[in-house]
Amino acid sequence: MTAISTPSGRKPKHTSTGRIGLYALLLISALFFLTPLYVMLVTSLKSMPEIRLGNILSLPQHVTLDAWFTAWSSACTGLTCNGISVGFWNSIRILVPSVIVSISVGALTGYTLSFWRPRGAKLLFGMLLIAAFIPYQVFIYPLVRVFSQVGLNNSLPGIVIVHTIFGLPTMTLLFRNHFAALPMELFRAARVDGAGFWRIFGQIMMPMAVPILVVAVILQVTGIWNDFILGLVFAGRENLPMTVQLNNIVNSTQGERTYNVDMAATLLTAIVPLVVYFGSGRWFVRGIAAGAVKG
Amino acid sequence: MTPHSQVASQISLRGIEISYGSFQVLERLDLEVAQSEFLVLLGPSGCGKSTLLNAIAGLTEVDDGQIWIGGRNVTWEEPKDRGIAMVFQSYALYPRMSVLGNMSFGLQVAGMKRAEIDQRVRDAAEILRITELLDRKPSELSGGQRQRVAIGRALVRDAGVFLFDEPLSNLDAQLRAELRTEIKRLHQRLGATMIFVTHDQIEALTLADRIAVMRDRRIQQLGPPQEIYNRPANRFVASFVGSPGMSFLPGHITHDANGIAFRAADLVVRLEPGIFTEPPQDGLPVELGIRPEHVVLAPGAADTHAAPVELVEPMGSDLLVWTRLGGSPLTIRLPAETAVAVGDHLPLALPAHRLNFFDIATGQRL
Repeated sequence: MTAISTPSGRKPKHTSTGRIGLYALLLISALFFLTPLYVMLVTSLKSMPEIRLGNILSLPQHVTLDAWFTAWSSACTGLTCNGISVGFWNSIRILVPSVIVSISVGALTGYTLSFWRPRGAKLLFGMLLIAAFIPYQVFIYPLVRVFSQVGLNNSLPGIVIVHTIFGLPTMTLLFRNHFAALPMELFRAARVDGAGFWRIFGQIMMPMAVPILVVAVILQVTGIWNDFILGLVFAGRENLPMTVQLNNIVNSTQGERTYNVDMAATLLTAIVPLVVYFGSGRWFVRGIAAGAVKG
Repeated sequence: MTPHSQVASQISLRGIEISYGSFQVLERLDLEVAQSEFLVLLGPSGCGKSTLLNAIAGLTEVDDGQIWIGGRNVTWEEPKDRGIAMVFQSYALYPRMSVLGNMSFGLQVAGMKRAEIDQRVRDAAEILRITELLDRKPSELSGGQRQRVAIGRALVRDAGVFLFDEPLSNLDAQLRAELRTEIKRLHQRLGATMIFVTHDQIEALTLADRIAVMRDRRIQQLGPPQEIYNRPANRFVASFVGSPGMSFLPGHITHDANGIAFRAADLVVRLEPGIFTEPPQDGLPVELGIRPEHVVLAPGAADTHAAPVELVEPMGSDLLVWTRLGGSPLTIRLPAETAVAVGDHLPLALPAHRLNFFDIATGQRL
């Protein structure tokens, strides 16, 4: 112990056991989640003979992108051997309209419920909340029946409608809560200024909803991209999304399992959500934080 | 901006009723506001004054009754078609638009030509001295500047009626006083009809041509500030208006050989029957109300009452002295230079024409 000094100025910091424990925990959980990613990445860059050596954690001796090319353009899903690229473009064709439509509808219903308070708005909102918690497997069979009656089954519009319907409770909730936190007087001021339903939505409210819009895009892009069962059931053979194709590649191989191709195909499938998270992480945090800060 | 005296903008509210579910906010309310009048709706929170303002603006639907503005029945009209402009407590500026955008939004919606919008915005900005702020976003403005912009947004609408919903209550004391005089000046300049909602009785007294004091779904008293202040219609109005508040001494009326008197414990105040609209009965329990500045220090006078000093608050411009009379606390306002100490006994006179009497049972003025 050095000279006992009188407390003055900044309080000295001490590294406590608790801190060390915390860092250890963080490190372990980071490793837990990063190890599989690492294994997948190195495996996808190895050749099959090298994989057979069995050192799954070792770095590749000869880096090769062959597996990636195979996975993208010539891996076999059942009888066809066009790689996972077909699924990628299918997923994009499902994703883009589904994200746009579901967010637009959700934002609009959220806005209407917050500001225009139609008769029975509370009941409607309560029903939406309950709907958000019903497992969607329950709806699949009835929906298939309804869709085949109106000729929407196994089609692109069909799957887009399904994603919109299932995204609606969450999207409405998200936007309603965002708009409900805005001062009602803003809406009243716009009404006195003569703005109507659509103008208030487009020119006043949506520009204020950019942070929540980013959150909505992240949620919907990852949710719809990662969807398997809805795509399998509703999209039809021509429009099967990437996740379904990936399953077909990984599970339908005959003979030797091409681990490097499987890994590459999986990484290719995961790339879109990964890019979304990394690219928008800052926005994501800002979107969540924006709710707590008063303009 | 041109004066609006030529625009018909008198307001007439006829039998307005508003309820939220089973909770009634306004009950059969009638109110006439004259052309170019400055009317203040004063009352505690929850008295329905903001609801009434929103109903006039068309932002809240009425369950019954009619709203007439400028000789037109606008009960079912949209807010924009009522010829009104409104200023809100939270400023309610559009956060993503510049000051210029905020002020021109309403005119753009109305489809006005760019050049005329520009002209109007520049004029309004000049009046409010916010010209150099036109390119800023609301988040870059101080509270006072934001409220100026909000007033500017109302100004450009060139409306005959201005509605203010507690516009100063988010500002600090100094800015509040500054903007208060600004609004008063604006009223003189424009000659528009203005309705101003507030719970601050100072704002009400300083701004209003007439004040409507509201509580419990209805207007308690409607009249010029002087009348509200000096002849409150009931005990609520008397206690709500004035700072520091009126002192109330509970007692009763006695009739004897010498005429009518007010008695509270050992205190006896002789009264002239003329001060009552109707002479009260013998023994009626009443409260005597008197404002701090109306109590007179009268050493040597005949009819004085000795009151012990309990507390002295120097306010700078004057002294506030807390005493006790007839068993109840009594506040009096004295000139700042008066020598008073705790424990002194002050000879107080209660001028007859300054006294207010309220029936304890009903709270009504006698």
